[in-house]
Amino acid sequence: MKAGRFWAWVVFALGAAYFFIPLIATVEFSMRMRRGVYSFDAYKVVLGDARFQATFGYSVLAAVFTIILGVLIVVPAAYWIRLRLPQLRPVVEFITLLPLVIPAIVIVFGYIRMYGSNSPLPFLATDTGTNALLVIGYATLALPYMYRAVDTGLRTIDVRTLTEAAQILGAGWGTIITRVILPNVLIAVLSGAFLTFAIVIGEFTMASLLNRPAFGPYLQNIGANRAYEPAALAIIAFAITWGCMSLIQILSRFAPKSANRPN
Amino acid sequence: MADPFLSIQHVRKSFGATTVVEDFNLDVERGEFVSFLGPSGCGKTTVLRMVAGFEEPSAGKIVVGGKDITTLKPNQRNVGMVFQAYALFPNLTVAQNIGFGLKVAGMSKADIDARVAEMLGIIKLPQMADRYPYQLSGGQQQRIALARAIAPKPKLLLLDEPLSALDAKVRVSLREEIRSIQKKLGITTIFVTHDQEEALSISDRIAVMYGGKAEQVGTPFEIYNRPATKFVANFVGTLNVLEGTVTDAASGKVRVNSEEVLLKGKLNGSKSGDTLSLALRPEAISLGRQPGRDSSLSGEISEVHFLGSVIRVRVGIGGNTVSLDTFNSPATPPPAVGEKAEISFSSSDMLVLH
Repeated sequence: MKAGRFWAWVVFALGAAYFFIPLIATVEFSMRMRRGVYSFDAYKVVLGDARFQATFGYSVLAAVFTIILGVLIVVPAAYWIRLRLPQLRPVVEFITLLPLVIPAIVIVFGYIRMYGSNSPLPFLATDTGTNALLVIGYATLALPYMYRAVDTGLRTIDVRTLTEAAQILGAGWGTIITRVILPNVLIAVLSGAFLTFAIVIGEFTMASLLNRPAFGPYLQNIGANRAYEPAALAIIAFAITWGCMSLIQILSRFAPKSANRPN
Repeated sequence: MADPFLSIQHVRKSFGATTVVEDFNLDVERGEFVSFLGPSGCGKTTVLRMVAGFEEPSAGKIVVGGKDITTLKPNQRNVGMVFQAYALFPNLTVAQNIGFGLKVAGMSKADIDARVAEMLGIIKLPQMADRYPYQLSGGQQQRIALARAIAPKPKLLLLDEPLSALDAKVRVSLREEIRSIQKKLGITTIFVTHDQEEALSISDRIAVMYGGKAEQVGTPFEIYNRPATKFVANFVGTLNVLEGTVTDAASGKVRVNSEEVLLKGKLNGSKSGDTLSLALRPEAISLGRQPGRDSSLSGEISEVHFLGSVIRVRVGIGGNTVSLDTFNSPATPPPAVGEKAEISFSSSDMLVLH
């Protein structure tokens, strides 16, 4: 074995250890609920908890709506900027970065002031309105990731020529976006969707301050009051994340083939 | 031309302060194949894009089949277009690509399938229906792009340098195929190219463009043999340009180097003493005095290139150099550099460039 390859394996082993040791330790701890033997009791408690099911279901639903909203906003916007307004790209990139700079707590306080029950747009006056505002807030938080993922996808195709080819064949904007552009950036959209899902599932600040029964506040609550269940929850959350990634990989196999991704 | 199918009338296009097309006029008959030929930046693609609807003219109008389409959107024009970069939809199979325009038009699946099969037959790729664009060669992709463009039976076919991304051999075979399909379908076609050989070989007429204007519109024969401007003469084909001085305008005498050439009726109002640029195609010049050639000039052989069947000879005549080709003959050795030589030509073949 060459020296270079040996050190490459050493670095890989160190990286893997850094990643896996805490994970293994958490798994090991989560299985110690029953004294003296390993068991899945903590998992049974967590999965059997009605609040877990309710909050997790709520967050999954919020994530789905956030992804739909994000795709509806970001795909046409990023497409239009590439096609007609390339000079606006730096401005839009700056705007999409703002959620990384402005803390979620500032955004949510802004929402509370702007959309309180006395405002002209009283989102917070009803549960549905508050849920909608939470989804809008999540879409804002996910904007930097979704925009970059979609923009990177658009960079791999000749947006202008494909658009013109579709136009000259009689297609309108709806057909062009749904049948030409979106299928060719589907993998990028899925990446953005996955990132959005991961952000929404674990988000605490917005859900907590808007008083929504989401998974983030539940995680925090369990973590503050229990010993083994938080470890089990962490592993469950981790499994869900990896499950999502695997799903995206599987879905991408069924995604339309493109000249840019021949295999 | 009594009733042109496509009429481009006084079209101008400016981007900010830059005018890229100036007062462009062209009438095209139904079923005609017209090429826009010119160097990069001459405005040929911009005119094509205005016909397609991707650019709106700053002035003028475009009429197709008697209908003013100047302000119509591209998807309302019923025009087919083939792009330089193929522009096949990567996510669709060959059959889906060809059927795209038909599906958009709302045709039934059975009709689409039948038309797609017909198109695949026309472009001689019937076995490719289920392939994806990435599985095809450049030439095959461009043939699919052609099939996709003509599948919806457009009124007009626009070809935007469709061959320039292909290698030389494929380019020649595909241009012949394009021409044959165009003739078979009788579709009015505009072909943009910067390759003069392409334009000369397949066009009914050529519009040679320069600086946003059509310098000359004519058949390939006219463009090559009777170029209207100095630019056209220089751009199309190889040209030997000689400087001459009018010695007797009335009788058409022009002095080239120290010899006189008679150019009756070609001086177009030039006065005695005027300097002229005179041009000759290499194939119009012979080495030595030849019967039927009424003019000759003396010089010295400056270069000889043996190319197999052809020998390319350059002859220095005063400050000018004339290039000509002679056929190789095994019995006659090629001329030597430094030899005195005489070239002969017909004065009727000489072009006076304005």
